[in-house]
Amino acid sequence: MNTETQSFIQKYDLLGCVQCGRCTGGCPEAMRTGLNPRRVVYDALEGNVPDELAKLPEIWDCTTCNTCAARCPKGLKPVDVLIGLRNILVESGVLQPTVRDALESAFREGNPWDKPRATRGDWMKGLDVSIAEPGEKVENLIFVCCTICYDPKVQVIAKNLVKILNKAGVDYGFIGDDETCCASEVYNLGEVGEEGLFEMMVEDNTELLNSYEATRIVAISPHCYSALKNQYPNLKADVIHYTHLVKELLEEGKLELTGELPKKIVFHDPCYLGKQNNVYDEPRYILSRIPGAEIVEFERSKERSLCCEGGGGKMWTESDSKEERLAETRVKDARALGAEILAVACPFCVLTLDDALKAKGFEEEMRVAEILEILGDLIKE
Amino acid sequence: MNNKPKIGVYVCHCGINIAKTVDVEAVSEFASRLPNVKVARNYSYMCSDPGQLLIREDIKNEGLNRVVVASCSPRMHEMTFRKTLAETGLNPYYLEMANIREHCSWVHEDREEATEKAKKLVFSAVAKARLLEPLYENEVEVEPATLVIGGGIAGIQAALDIADAGFKVYLVEKTPSVGGRMSQLDKTFPTLDCSACILTPKMVDVASHPNIELLAYSEVEEISGYVGNFEVKVRKKARYVDVNKCTGCGVCSEECRLAGRIPSEFNAGMGNRAAIYLPFPQAVPAKYTIDPERCLMLTRGKCGKGPKCEAACAAGAIDFNQKDEIVECKVGAIIVATGFDVFDAAKKPEYGYNDYDNVITALELERLVSASGPTGGNIVLGKGEDAFVPQEVAFISCVGSRDKSVGNEYCSRVCCMYTAKLAHLVKEKLPEANVRVYYMDVRAFGKGFEEFYDRVRREGVRYIRGNPSEIFKRGDKLVIKAEDTLRSTPIEDEVDLVVLAVGLEPRRDARQIIDLLRLSQSADRFYLEAHPKLAPVNTATDGVFLAGCSQGPKDIPDTVAQAKGAASSALVLLSSGKVKIGAQISFVNEATCRGCGYCVEICPYGAIELVTVNRMGNMVQVARVNEALCKGCGACSAGCLSGSIQQKSFMDRQILPQIAVLGGVK
Ligand SMILES: Cc1cc2nc3c(=O)[nH]c(=O)nc-3n(C[C@H](O)[C@H](O)[C@H](O)COP(=O)(O)OP(=O)(O)OC[C@H]3O[C@@H](n4cnc5c(N)ncnc54)[C@H](O)[C@@H]3O)c2cc1C
Ligand code: SF4
Ligand code: SF4
Ligand code: SF4
Ligand code: SF4
Repeated sequence: MNTETQSFIQKYDLLGCVQCGRCTGGCPEAMRTGLNPRRVVYDALEGNVPDELAKLPEIWDCTTCNTCAARCPKGLKPVDVLIGLRNILVESGVLQPTVRDALESAFREGNPWDKPRATRGDWMKGLDVSIAEPGEKVENLIFVCCTICYDPKVQVIAKNLVKILNKAGVDYGFIGDDETCCASEVYNLGEVGEEGLFEMMVEDNTELLNSYEATRIVAISPHCYSALKNQYPNLKADVIHYTHLVKELLEEGKLELTGELPKKIVFHDPCYLGKQNNVYDEPRYILSRIPGAEIVEFERSKERSLCCEGGGGKMWTESDSKEERLAETRVKDARALGAEILAVACPFCVLTLDDALKAKGFEEEMRVAEILEILGDLIKE
Repeated sequence: MNNKPKIGVYVCHCGINIAKTVDVEAVSEFASRLPNVKVARNYSYMCSDPGQLLIREDIKNEGLNRVVVASCSPRMHEMTFRKTLAETGLNPYYLEMANIREHCSWVHEDREEATEKAKKLVFSAVAKARLLEPLYENEVEVEPATLVIGGGIAGIQAALDIADAGFKVYLVEKTPSVGGRMSQLDKTFPTLDCSACILTPKMVDVASHPNIELLAYSEVEEISGYVGNFEVKVRKKARYVDVNKCTGCGVCSEECRLAGRIPSEFNAGMGNRAAIYLPFPQAVPAKYTIDPERCLMLTRGKCGKGPKCEAACAAGAIDFNQKDEIVECKVGAIIVATGFDVFDAAKKPEYGYNDYDNVITALELERLVSASGPTGGNIVLGKGEDAFVPQEVAFISCVGSRDKSVGNEYCSRVCCMYTAKLAHLVKEKLPEANVRVYYMDVRAFGKGFEEFYDRVRREGVRYIRGNPSEIFKRGDKLVIKAEDTLRSTPIEDEVDLVVLAVGLEPRRDARQIIDLLRLSQSADRFYLEAHPKLAPVNTATDGVFLAGCSQGPKDIPDTVAQAKGAASSALVLLSSGKVKIGAQISFVNEATCRGCGYCVEICPYGAIELVTVNRMGNMVQVARVNEALCKGCGACSAGCLSGSIQQKSFMDRQILPQIAVLGGVK
């Protein structure tokens, strides 16, 4: 066994595994791809990590939904093992071009979408947005997310949040063009390690975010929320998700929802909010406050929710699987419930589920909507 | 006498254990030149008879009044040599030991350096030996009675053994009946004995034994005192039924306005009871109890036009004015047998226990398959029109055991076998059903266990190696998502009934007893025994013993064995009638004690209290040590800021010179 394999085994505590199979049993990809996290953990004990395991195509099928780690009875994190394998590939330079481009863009432009840094704040044009100044006190520092900034399909999420913040008289500030990718997907694509891009971006972002006198950082995307909360050890401010803030505003009566939305709504738990951070109640509370709406639940919800395959770098990788995509399973389930709105609280979920909805041709009877998108129509200007 | 110390030093070879690494000759020669040393010798085995004889002869012939033995740890032979001294009439506390084995020869390789170290250790022992003072052991009488807390099979067995030996037992059980979890079980592995058939005779014995005072529906409220002399206050909760009048006929329960509307604890929520109830037909004592939290009369002061139970009871036993009673008793020993709780399956939400009626725990299945259960032993789920008999049945093992994610790293020891038992019972009652067990390991370690596991497999129960990850509903089937790890294949298995083999946990109210008795918990949160191998039924508190699942998960055979062990340990105490109180305990210099109470906080045994004394006309607070409770751990004297609390044989003026020789402070 080479030393690289040995230190790999130690780093991820692979000897602690009892081979119970809970990780693979719960893995949403296991049934539709060759991914078997338990086997990876097992094979790494005898095999040759850099030369054999890291080249398995299925390591790119992991969506980083975290089910495996949440279920493991021995405290292992198979998802991190897979990212460790991706890292070996990244370091050796053998990469799919799309992945390489995303990483390069993150390095150069501070976003994985190959968009210019200077246009990051363009979505704000024409809006009455308060921008925070370094050194100044601000209660809520808003962290937007690359995808929301640049993808016109989901910009409405941030725009509606501005509307809500202004309406409720919240002390807040956006960062503007200086905002840089939280690096969550950089981590998931395996650009980690001592000299890794991930560590570098965390350091730069920490410096930037700490330059504000913020009480808390409000992340709009669950992916940024999870990264800032769990992977940035040196942030001064607390990190919350926007659903925490909006729930607070509703509870304190600072925000009123007016009008009616007499629709059947089902909520899909984003993995980075639910399975990664146990935030289940806040989005449900917000939806429950929508006048006229009927809220239904998926059979597989909360801890048993099904991943939509939006995370884990899946935006930049292709899978060979011929099986139905999980987002398609999800919209089918939503339709079977008679839901008219499939509500989510994450920009990636919007993208994957909306694609699936179109692929299935369900546009007539149902739509996918981010919670903030829904709230937009229920707030009087 | 003893004014001038005359010390004998005895260096042991311990075969070659010491002599191989330490030059014992050189050490004894060195010792012979130390101040106050009269003789110094070395010998192959000091603990042997001839070795001890050497010491005795020298005491007689050379007039020694202090002895230093340089050998192994005092844990091994301090008692041996104390006896040697005592046999010659010398106070046994004139002994000091230098540990040149564990502390020296076993941990060093270099002979020269080890020899130098051994000399130093001997020198420091001699330095202290000069300053030793005679100490005297006290004895206290033992109250010939035992308190047993918890009336499960562990408590029942311990109580019966002690009572049969002729001593009084107070058996305190929290619930209205004795029996514990075993009374809820249908059959027992691996022999498939009917649980009630083997348990109920013992329950009846407990109630009728002349030496046992059964305090059911009671809780221990206060315990003070120490080994041999505990004073106990027990709260006998009001049953609101006069037990002397109640005939156990049960008419009240049938008539109760809430009959069939309160989930029955005994049936693990699978069936219902009334507000006035007998937990189960064979309950002991067979007296009814009104649930004060549910009864309309007791919660609202009104039950329709009048309590129906009262009207129905021909014996006139209902008494809404009954009050709790405090019973006081004195006992010499205490046995804790408070048992366990099953793991709360809701803590693993991925299994949908809270969401699906046909995901049940093994304890619930025990009640379903039991002839005395809510379905008369038929495996039927759902009620009325929804009732159905499951065809596809799955068991999931290790639910809440061996699982860091819920904080239980230990194996619960009984789940593998009770799963095999229940799978067998399902097969027996529903021969057409397909029964499978999802497992990660099968632990069939006990007598007859592997054979039973073999039998159950041959009966057609499928064992699938893989611990399921989640359960959800598809149509009217439950889908188990798992991996068949032997095939490396992820699967979705559609079934009608999932049985969760929930693990055993410390009781959720375990703190109550900890606070009463100052017990410790091991890392798994069960009560901690004094030594895992050599004192498995003792606790750190003398006179307090453990039995059954309160100490850790166990099956019935192990529980009964341990209960008998605890009973015998209590009997040793009771039948000797006296307990020795250690001599090397702490004492307070009341003249300098400032009454700060710091030591009171520190003492892990609660041996110190503050008392008010008259110090030259001023009433002041000072610490006082209860000699029977003090274990001589020394924590208090290390903590006392004014040096007022000191431990005999380890007083500052005795140990500081000893440390100084080793190169420490003067
Ligand atoms: C589903 C299941 C199936 C099982 N099947 C088998 C089997 O087939 N064969 C087998 O050998 N073992 C089996 N076991 C294990 C068996 O139940 C235990 O070994 C046994 O019950 C342990 O007895 P105990 O007296 O230690 O604890 P318990 O049975 O828990 O009894 C403790 C008693 O103490 C009382 N108590 C608790 N706290 C206090 C307090 N503070 N004051 C007063 N009283 C108190 C409780 O009310 C209870 O009556 C099974 C266990 C489970 C969960
Ligand atoms: S993170 Fe999710 S997709 Fe990745 S291996 Fe774990 S369970 Fe499978
Ligand atoms: S869940 Fe954990 S212990 Fe079980 S097979 Fe996966 S990594 Fe190993
Ligand atoms: S008073 Fe009423 S509720 Fe209470 S036990 Fe009697 S009949 Fe039942
Ligand atoms: S020596 Fe230990 S047990 Fe004795 S009184 Fe001091 S702290 Fe308590």
